[in-house]
Amino acid sequence: MLVTKRKPIEEILEFVAGEKAVFLLGCDGCAAASGTGGESEILELEEQLKERGIDVVGRKVIDFLCQKALVRTGLRPYAGALARADSIVVSTCGIGIQATATVADAAVHPACDTISLGGIRGEWQGEERCVECGQCFLEFTGGICPLTACAKQLVNGPCGGAKDGRCEVEPEVRRCAWDVIYERLERQGRLDLLRRTPVKLKDHARMRPPEELRGTRRWAIDIADSEVAR
Amino acid sequence: MKLRELFDAGKFVVTSEVAPPKGTDLDEMLKNAEALRSRVDAINITDQQSSVMRLGSLVASQMLKARGIEPVFQLTCRDRNRIALQSDLLSAWAAGIENVLCLTGDHVSLGDSLGAKPVFDLDSVSLLEAARSLNEGADLEGNALAGKPSFCLGAVVTPGSDPVDLQLIKMGKKVDSGAAFFQTQAVFDAESFAQFMDRAKSFGVPVVAGIILLKSAGMARFMNQNIAGVHVPQGLIDEMAATSKEDRPAKSVEIAARVVREVKSICQGVHIMPLGWERQVPAVLDEAGL
Repeated sequence: MLVTKRKPIEEILEFVAGEKAVFLLGCDGCAAASGTGGESEILELEEQLKERGIDVVGRKVIDFLCQKALVRTGLRPYAGALARADSIVVSTCGIGIQATATVADAAVHPACDTISLGGIRGEWQGEERCVECGQCFLEFTGGICPLTACAKQLVNGPCGGAKDGRCEVEPEVRRCAWDVIYERLERQGRLDLLRRTPVKLKDHARMRPPEELRGTRRWAIDIADSEVAR
Repeated sequence: MKLRELFDAGKFVVTSEVAPPKGTDLDEMLKNAEALRSRVDAINITDQQSSVMRLGSLVASQMLKARGIEPVFQLTCRDRNRIALQSDLLSAWAAGIENVLCLTGDHVSLGDSLGAKPVFDLDSVSLLEAARSLNEGADLEGNALAGKPSFCLGAVVTPGSDPVDLQLIKMGKKVDSGAAFFQTQAVFDAESFAQFMDRAKSFGVPVVAGIILLKSAGMARFMNQNIAGVHVPQGLIDEMAATSKEDRPAKSVEIAARVVREVKSICQGVHIMPLGWERQVPAVLDEAGL
């Protein structure tokens, strides 16, 4: 899931400055779970805006704003209200805000910041993270991703900044990824893997989607429809 | 002059370091370098240490070189991608710099520009690979160079790290990637350093022990709590604690010189990190018989 946090109301008011009427849009997926985009949070936002003289001409909470088809069908009954609104204030993640902006083709204001979880997308999954690097290192690291588990994304071993096995960046919540990798491989009797592994070089070119993907149906559904791709 | 030549000649190498200023006022850095010049073989110039934005180590290294002081250009992976790092290495060679210490670098979150992007496109190992590749006449992509450098490449290792196995594995990778010498994190306990050296000597690469001037018992406790791989034994903390403020510089010199004497026979040099007490360095070397 994507975790979001509501922007301060002052910031949202700056976005809508000069506008008289807005439409509020929430998301019943990750944003609702984050406490930013569910029914009650949208009602609360409505109150806050009304108190400051902004007219709210309509509101809707849609399941999964990350899916443009759902945004399209969800907004269809509100065409009248949307026509009267100067803008749409969207209280969800960056994906949902972008999807809404594309579907509505109107001024859209983000009401949330999307908090980085280190590469996770709009799926509901466990604590593992993937940044879609295109050159999976997991084979050499005991199945622990150095790109997401290490604050410096180091692929050739630890930096020397860890203290008592804790990461120098956020010791209170993060262990040194290489300490964890070492511990697992040692437990499995596979430490030799680290010695045998040749020097790794990150290839950021592989983070670009490959040519062969661009002809697939999945690509057509996910990407080719977007304005950026056209 | 390459440090490798000194190691090859069997000399016990002595280096120290200076930090470029935060700003353009170079007086203090140059004064510190002048105070050290007659007593050391080379002076490291730190690369925005602790992720604090400062004047660059490349130009500062060039300025020392112009004054006849041998620089060790420190280069970290925090702020530049592989294009900029390789470019800076070529620039360094053009500026007459021959020794480079290749480091990963502290994370941005430790410094004074918290909103900066931590780059880490390369790491210490792949930076060494890049520098070695330049030495061999090609960039990391294998593209040929018109004219190539011939750097003496250094790297760092933390003997007090736990698990030390992981340090030794990475040290081996650095050797394979062209490291011609190692500089260590601060050493205070000669006995545990000797255990490390027992294992590290199989690489056959010179090791320069890091020596920090202890300024107070408080500083020692702070380092024990906050600096990775540094362990000041309780005995040294007690010694500092029992020393009056005005006697601390002399005690600091005595302790540093003692550590140097203790490690001298098991490594190939010392790197003294004065952390503002540059004036005490000659006394340390005198007391250590260097």
